[in-house]
Amino acid sequence: MATTNEYRQMEESITMESRLERIESPDGGEHELLTVNMGPHHPATHGVLRLLVTLQGEVVLDLKPIIGYVHTGIEKTAEQKSYWKAIPVVERMDYLAYFFNAYAYCGSVESLLECEVPKRAQYLRVIHMELNRIMSHLVWLGTSALDLGAMSMFWFCFRERERILDLFEQSTGQRMHTRYFQVGGVIEDIPLGYEEKLREFIAIMPKRVGQYRDMLYKNEIALQRLKGICPLSEEDLLALGVTGPLLRAAGNPWDLRKADPYCSYDDFDFKIPVGTEGDNWDRMAVRMAEMEQSTRIIEQALDGLPEGPHITDDRKIALPPRHELGTSMEALIHHFKLVTEGFRVPPGEHYFPVESPRGELGCFVRADGSSKPARVHMRDPSFVNLQATAPMTRGSYIADLIATLAMLDPVLGGIDR
Amino acid sequence: MPDATGLELLAGELRDADGDAVLDTVHAHGKGQIVVAPGKIGWVLEQLRGKGYRSLMSVHGVDYYPEEPRLGVHYELLDMKEVDRITVKLRVPTDAATVPSVTPDWPTANHQEREVYDMFGVVFEGHPDLRRILMPEDYEGFPQRRDFPIGGEPVLFTADAATGDDYTIGVDADPNAGVK
Repeated sequence: MATTNEYRQMEESITMESRLERIESPDGGEHELLTVNMGPHHPATHGVLRLLVTLQGEVVLDLKPIIGYVHTGIEKTAEQKSYWKAIPVVERMDYLAYFFNAYAYCGSVESLLECEVPKRAQYLRVIHMELNRIMSHLVWLGTSALDLGAMSMFWFCFRERERILDLFEQSTGQRMHTRYFQVGGVIEDIPLGYEEKLREFIAIMPKRVGQYRDMLYKNEIALQRLKGICPLSEEDLLALGVTGPLLRAAGNPWDLRKADPYCSYDDFDFKIPVGTEGDNWDRMAVRMAEMEQSTRIIEQALDGLPEGPHITDDRKIALPPRHELGTSMEALIHHFKLVTEGFRVPPGEHYFPVESPRGELGCFVRADGSSKPARVHMRDPSFVNLQATAPMTRGSYIADLIATLAMLDPVLGGIDR
Repeated sequence: MPDATGLELLAGELRDADGDAVLDTVHAHGKGQIVVAPGKIGWVLEQLRGKGYRSLMSVHGVDYYPEEPRLGVHYELLDMKEVDRITVKLRVPTDAATVPSVTPDWPTANHQEREVYDMFGVVFEGHPDLRRILMPEDYEGFPQRRDFPIGGEPVLFTADAATGDDYTIGVDADPNAGVK
């Protein structure tokens, strides 16, 4: 109990007495500070996030995010699984960016194994990751517009999201948490008819983004709620370690896909949208444009999809094809060893960063030579970006806090892991 | 990514400035790692900032059980201009797990140092607000340590507390616990 009381005292220590002295109302009255608990169950927090907000009237003086409500110990669980069985576990961290979680983890293990991924597998990964990016941004746009009071945006965004989930279902068998990426490649090639359906989607998506713009960009409420609200400078964002669309909205074109290309991203021609002000409007505009750019990448990846295997032919890492099991004893042994024990990874440590829809998603894996990882850590962008909430919203209205939180796009599954 | 020679040059410069700071260098999988003395971490990161590594992308903990010293803290630095990364690592034993905090100089480390403290019990001296971040505030133990057991954790129900009963689930639980 002693620890609990000490903790409560620390929580209460944000009342900021130094500011209390300065509170004088222009009409001669007195103002009180009010500490409000927003969350953990608040529809506008996009998850189970609790904010301890200190208010002077309607103005936010300070806030502290309190997290951990959906902590499930995924990093600890992954240590108990063999490398390939840890993939579905880590996928469930940031539940809107499952392909990115899986890719960061697989990429880290592949680096430790020094395993070459076939070109076709890389392109298939790019297609799925970019679809995932559009899907994540659609959920963000729908729910953010909902926070601003725009109900219909939500339905339009989820209409397109359904199409993407249908595509995922067709190629991977699952709508979410697909377990499609494997160490060394992807589990299956795309099925017949998939390409046609994907082309239909990439033909319609840029038009849809245009329609979203038509709905929001001339909307008086959206303009007043977002333009010039809660900006943060590039220097402050960099000091806080913020990456992704938030940093690009402030004018810094840092994008790992361009800066440090992985997974054949240097084969594709695409642009990095950047903002100028770093306000909520730019944060929205950058993500809108990113959806269009992702569509371009998917189109190029589909046009240039190389022939070849979809997973490495290293039998020590990837399962042998089904038809070999009936004829080859060796294939059967490999299959048995991989399924029962899993592959072993030589000792080493590697940090593998990728550009997720929310910024730099890094996966740190430590291998100790056994068939289970000795440590898996995700540097989740939401976890780091959340630190920028207080600097962004200090001195603004509580209504703008809701809008800013929406534009920050935190995913609590990724924050709490 | 600095190549092996570049990494040695960088470490050499640090060694020239302070003979005790750099303990070791590792170059693996195309990335450089510098192992430093725990007390010098603030100084080393500041030196590397001067060399262009201006962004601290990640701070995370590792438990090297059963090796000693057991606990490790890793700092991932990034140079956005040269697109270059370097890892700075340090090791501390569990009985003296204190590391100077880098949060005053690198605000991004705030949440991440709290997570390392929460999960591994590494105390960051000089951190403005060091308390648990993901686990409940009254939690005992450091769950990411390798010797922390999986399962067997008491599940608390207020009804049981009122009657003085203890209810546990998991591998080590007494099968008769909570049964009247």
